[in-house]
This record gives sequence, structure tokens and C-alpha cells, in this order.
Amino acid sequence: MLRYFPLIAKNAMRNRRRSILTICSVGASLCLLGVLMAIYHAFFFTPPTPEQARRLVTRNRISLANAMPVAYRDKIATISGVRGVMVMQWFGGVYKEPKNMFARFGVEPDRFFNIMPEINVPPDQQKAFIADRTGCIIGKDIATKFNLKVGDRMTLVGDIFPVTLDFTVRGIFDFTEANDVMYFNVQYLFESLSAKRRDSVGTFTILMDSPDDAGRIANAIDDMFHNAPDQTRTESEKAFQLGFISMMGNVKMFLLSICAAVTFTIILVSANTMAMSVRERIREVGVLKTLGFTQGEILGIVLGEAAFLSFIGGLLGYSLAVLLTLVIRQAPAFFAELKTLTIVPPVAAALLAIAVFIGLVSSIIPAWNASRTNIIDSLRYSG
Amino acid sequence: MAIPISYNWRNLIVRKTTTIMTALGIALTVAVLLSVLALVEGLRTAFKATANPNHVLVTRKGSTSELVSGMSRAVFQDLKFKPGIAKSKSGEPMASLELVTVIVLPTPENPAGNNVNLRGVTPIGVEIRDGLKIDSGRWFTPGRREVVVGRNIPSRYPGTKIGDKLHFGKGDWEIVGVMSQGSSAVNSELFVDLNQAAADYNRSDVLSSILIRAVDSVTVQSLVNELKADQRLNVDAITEQQYYENQMVSAAPIRFLGTFVAIIMAVGSCFAAMNTMYASVARRAREVGTLRVLGFSRGGILTSFFLESLLLSLLGGLIGCILVLPLNNITTGLGNFITFSETSFSFRVTPLIMAMGVAFAVFLGAIGGIFPARMAAKKEILNALREI
Repeated sequence: MLRYFPLIAKNAMRNRRRSILTICSVGASLCLLGVLMAIYHAFFFTPPTPEQARRLVTRNRISLANAMPVAYRDKIATISGVRGVMVMQWFGGVYKEPKNMFARFGVEPDRFFNIMPEINVPPDQQKAFIADRTGCIIGKDIATKFNLKVGDRMTLVGDIFPVTLDFTVRGIFDFTEANDVMYFNVQYLFESLSAKRRDSVGTFTILMDSPDDAGRIANAIDDMFHNAPDQTRTESEKAFQLGFISMMGNVKMFLLSICAAVTFTIILVSANTMAMSVRERIREVGVLKTLGFTQGEILGIVLGEAAFLSFIGGLLGYSLAVLLTLVIRQAPAFFAELKTLTIVPPVAAALLAIAVFIGLVSSIIPAWNASRTNIIDSLRYSG
Repeated sequence: MAIPISYNWRNLIVRKTTTIMTALGIALTVAVLLSVLALVEGLRTAFKATANPNHVLVTRKGSTSELVSGMSRAVFQDLKFKPGIAKSKSGEPMASLELVTVIVLPTPENPAGNNVNLRGVTPIGVEIRDGLKIDSGRWFTPGRREVVVGRNIPSRYPGTKIGDKLHFGKGDWEIVGVMSQGSSAVNSELFVDLNQAAADYNRSDVLSSILIRAVDSVTVQSLVNELKADQRLNVDAITEQQYYENQMVSAAPIRFLGTFVAIIMAVGSCFAAMNTMYASVARRAREVGTLRVLGFSRGGILTSFFLESLLLSLLGGLIGCILVLPLNNITTGLGNFITFSETSFSFRVTPLIMAMGVAFAVFLGAIGGIFPARMAAKKEILNALREI
């Protein structure tokens, strides 16, 4: 088959404009398919990082908007296999203007760096954050965007919590997934609240000795509070984050149906081109047959041409998709998955495989027809 | 003289396979765009239907939604006698103190459950919502753990029919009725007795929000300003319309993704349409020559091929509209990060949306058709006649 490759390439280049248009069309669609598959992969197939795998998140069973008593923390810590528990409190609020969106969490600095080792702050800044009750640490992107340095002041005006908090920046970290997150001391928040609202928290982050215990520990925690007024739901950190995605509607279904529509469109486009190109060439097929080419060879040549074209379209689509992910990574987004979006090798391989598959499927009918034409008829055929 | 359009029409019919395949490609592009627009429109309709222009929503200062707001009964007592508040039939002020929280209901696609708004109301809370009525069953009895669910709830969440029991708060709640209010967001909420809910959630004094009705549309803004300015109450007031408009941001990511997908698909279909038209021109070279011999001008030929491309894409646009029409019956849900709960609503394929889809398709056809049409028009008569 490989010896026919020059013939296939020549055939593909015969009507250059059509081939280029087809490649562009297939390329544009495949680029989209590539990006969507990359998003799907990032959300639903990426295994948690080793640090993530060792963490669980406990929240109120009703919803994130409901709180739990802070006293749960010490009870959770007694479960075997739990290495550490920390309060993690979402603080909405406004920094200067409502449009300045970045995540703000109240944490416990003395436990924080054990439980979230990914957040790499120099030791002196760590110490300063732990020592200063009104201190905070911020991701690199926040520091750049608002031109903040260590020692600068930040003020947050609360919305969920009716308080205004003044912070001093004690450290700046660089961790791609969390570069637009601010962490501060939750005790400072508690002290600013009225006695009634104090000491209730949204989530606990739990560090386990080993990721294998996740199921057992999660059940143990939820069982522990089964009869308490505030029941809990404990899940892996990854599952907890996926919960946010499912709030945006049925994202899985949405992505899959678009992928299906895109794939089907490419098949149509490609089938159309191949049908046109074969129709123009019926006389040539007659000549090839006269020269002794078998049905199978003709079938192979036509299929090969389509696969060749869509493979090149796939390569184009892949390069465009890589460019697009670069753009998406810069876009402001709530999901860490989108900040590190890349076309990983399995996605790239799947994309090219889909390209070839589309080429083959789309040309099967024209190729079959061409291979079966009768020599006399095809030689007589006039465009 | 212009070439009659029936010439183009017949051409499209003769090459029906190519025509259908190209049109389908365009149709799918249009369908993706339209389904996203229909989703956003459905959400907008739900919110718009909920909002009464005379209603003002009062929350604690600084809170972005009813869910995170806290409102004490003392404030409510002070507030309900403010001038400008309409009176109910029985002469009471139209001010409804409400408790809003969310409960988790599992769906088949998300067994972990979605958040659904649970709203504790008093009789005035039912009266203030115009058009709110019981579809089947009855209203809850004050002081009992009974729930009335919105119309969209039973079909979306299993185990929420009349007679079923839900466990939340401090016990089991029985579903006793199904309510509806046009296509409003109330259709995806659960209503219960305010005092019973407050007792179950240990919030007997601090509830969530107050919904009030101004006497007329002129008073609304002054009422809002007055409530906001009252230092003693320390509340935020916002018209209901504004409140729901703010929640439309929850549709922003999907709208963005959908538009992005549609644009890239459009580029692809544009190339495909171009391909088809080029092939069509190439195969009809002799016809073009003949038309020129017969006296049709270059301009006429340009227009004719251009029109043919528009016709082709118009067909695609119409098929696209037909493809999305069945969506009209589908109910879906979208959560948002303001209320932390899900609003269920139906896709809405409005005539305006369909017109946009057709216009989008024709635009694609115009771009895809202009170059091939120019090529056809530029052919020299003799060369064209000689081509096979």
C-alpha cells in the first residue's frame, strides 16, 4: 500500500484549492474538537495530584451555603488516619470594586503549610503569616494585577460576613492553579463577627496519612455527625471541585453533544469533498483499471487520499488547538483546570486518530462506488 | 436581465447529495448556536417572569443574594409600615418576610444532588406573587412539616411527587401540592411554612429577606432609595427585576462557550460552503459560457452564483432551526454562584432566535459564495465554452 503513497499525495494535490479548503475546514472543526476534548479530559479524566489525593473536604450536607460548628475540627482529628484538619472558610467580599474577582479563604496559618504543601512561600514569609493575625498571603497573579508587594495593605469589605477586614500582605506564592487565591487567618474573621455568627465554618480540609484511606475516613466523618444537627458530606478534594462544575449545568452532556455535532459536521464536509473529487475522476479510475489495478487497490487509493487529507487537517487542527489553549489559559476562570489546560499526548493522539477515522468513514461510499465502476462505463463517462 | 432564480434552485436540486450535505453542515453549526441562545433565553424568561416591576427585595446590607442575607423580625416590624407599601385585600401591608435556604435533591445524572431553593413563606408571601397557584394537591398547613413543590421539580427530581417525603431540617416533610406561576423561577423552588422552617433551621429570629410591593411603579424607586438610606434598618433594597437580571451572569460561561464553539464551527462550514460552490462553478463552466453567449452579463452571473450560495445556506439555516425546535419541550437546570441553587427552566426557541440563526447561516453563505461567484463571473467566454 505504501508504494501508492506518491500517487495518493499527487491526487490530493491535483485540485489544490479544494484540498486546501477541505483541510482548513476539517482543521477548524478538529481544533475545536481538540480543545473540547482537552477540557473534558482536564475536568473528568485527570487524576488528582499526589497532594490532592491525600486531602478530603468536609462540608455541610445541605449545601455549601450552610455552615458547621468549628468544634467539628477537633472531633475529625481523632479519626485514625487523619494527619491534620484545617478550617477553610470562603469569604466572598469585595476588594476595591466588585469586578475584582479572586477567591478569598480564611485558613489556619499554623496548619496551612502542612496541609497545602503546594503553596510555596519562603520560610520567613511563612513565619510572618503565622505570626500576624491580620496577615494574608496572595497568589502571584493578584500581586501583579493590583501591584501589591509584601508589606502592603489590603481591605476586604464583606458581603456574606458583615465585616470589613484590613490585611497586611505577608507573602506571595506562585502556584499556577492557585495564583488568584488569597489566604488569610480565619481567627481574624471570627473575632470580627458577632458572638452568634462566630465559630461556624463552611468547609474543613483534611490531610490523610495515605490516599488509600479516603473512602474509609470520609465515611467515618459523615457517620460521626450523622445524628448531629449539622450533618456533613465528605468527599475528595477533586470531587468537591467537580461539584462546582456540575452547578453550571450538565457540563458533561453539553461538551459531549457539541463534540458529536462537530464530528458529524466534519464527516459531512469531508464526505462531500471526496464525493466531488471521485466524481471528477471516474474516467481516470477506468484508465487505472485498464492498467491492471484491482478493485481493492482502487478502494485503498481513494480511502488513502481522504485519510491523508483529513490527517493533515488533523495536524492543522492540533496546532490551532495548542494556540487556543494558550489563549484560554490567560482567560479569567474559576477553575484551576482551565488555567493549566494543555493538549496532553493522549488527547493529541485521539485527535489525530479521529481525523484519520473521519477520513476513512467519509470516503467509504465514494471509494466503494469508484472501485466498482465498470471499465467501459467509466471510460465513456464525461464529467 | 437577471438570470432567473429558478435556474439556481434547479441546480441545487440536480446536485442534491452535495446540496444536502453542505446544507446539513451549515445546519449543525446553526443548531449549536441556536441551542445555546435558546438556553440563555429560557433562563432569561424564567427570571423575567419571576420579577414583578413593583416588587422590591430587601436583604441585609452587603449581601448579594437572599441565601446569604439575614433579616431579623424586629427590622421587619419597622419596615412593613413604611409609606409606599401596597396593602393586601385584608388591609395588611404587602410585605413578606421569608426564609430562603437550599436543600439537596439528587437527579439521575447527578446522584450527589443539586441545590434547590427552599423558601419559607407566610400567607402574604403567596398572595404577593401574582398568578401563583396550586396545580394539584393543596397548600401546606401552617405549623406542619408540609411542602409545596414547583411545577418543574417532580419531573426533574425523582421522589418529589405528591405524597413523597423529603428529609431536611429536623424531620420528614410531606409533599402536599404542586404550584406554578407562569414560567417563573418559583417553578423550581419548594415552598414551606415560614415558622416551621425557621424552627427546623434554628433561625426563629433571623430570617433571610423581605419581599415588598410598592403601591405603583412610580413609588418603587423612591422606596428603594428610602430603605437604603435608613441607617437604622441597615438593609439593601433592590428591585426584583434588577435582582434577577444580576443572576443572569450564571449563564455567561455557557453563553461564552457556545458562541466560541459556533464561531469556530462557522469558519469550518464557511470553507465547506466555498468548496461546494467552487465545485459547482467548475462543473458548470460550459453553462457559464453559454449564459454569457446568450447575453447575460458578468454581473448577472456573479449575482446568480452568489444567490445560489445564499439559497444553499438559507436551506441550511432553516434545517438548523428545525433541528433545534424539539428543544422547546426540554427542561434543564442551571445553578449559579449567587444563590448556590439551581433554577430549572425550558429551552426557548423564539422566532427572534430562529431569525438570528437564519441570518447567521446566510452570512456564512455570503462569505462562502462571494469568491466562487467572482471566479464564475471572470471566466472568458471562449475558455469557458472549451472547458469540460
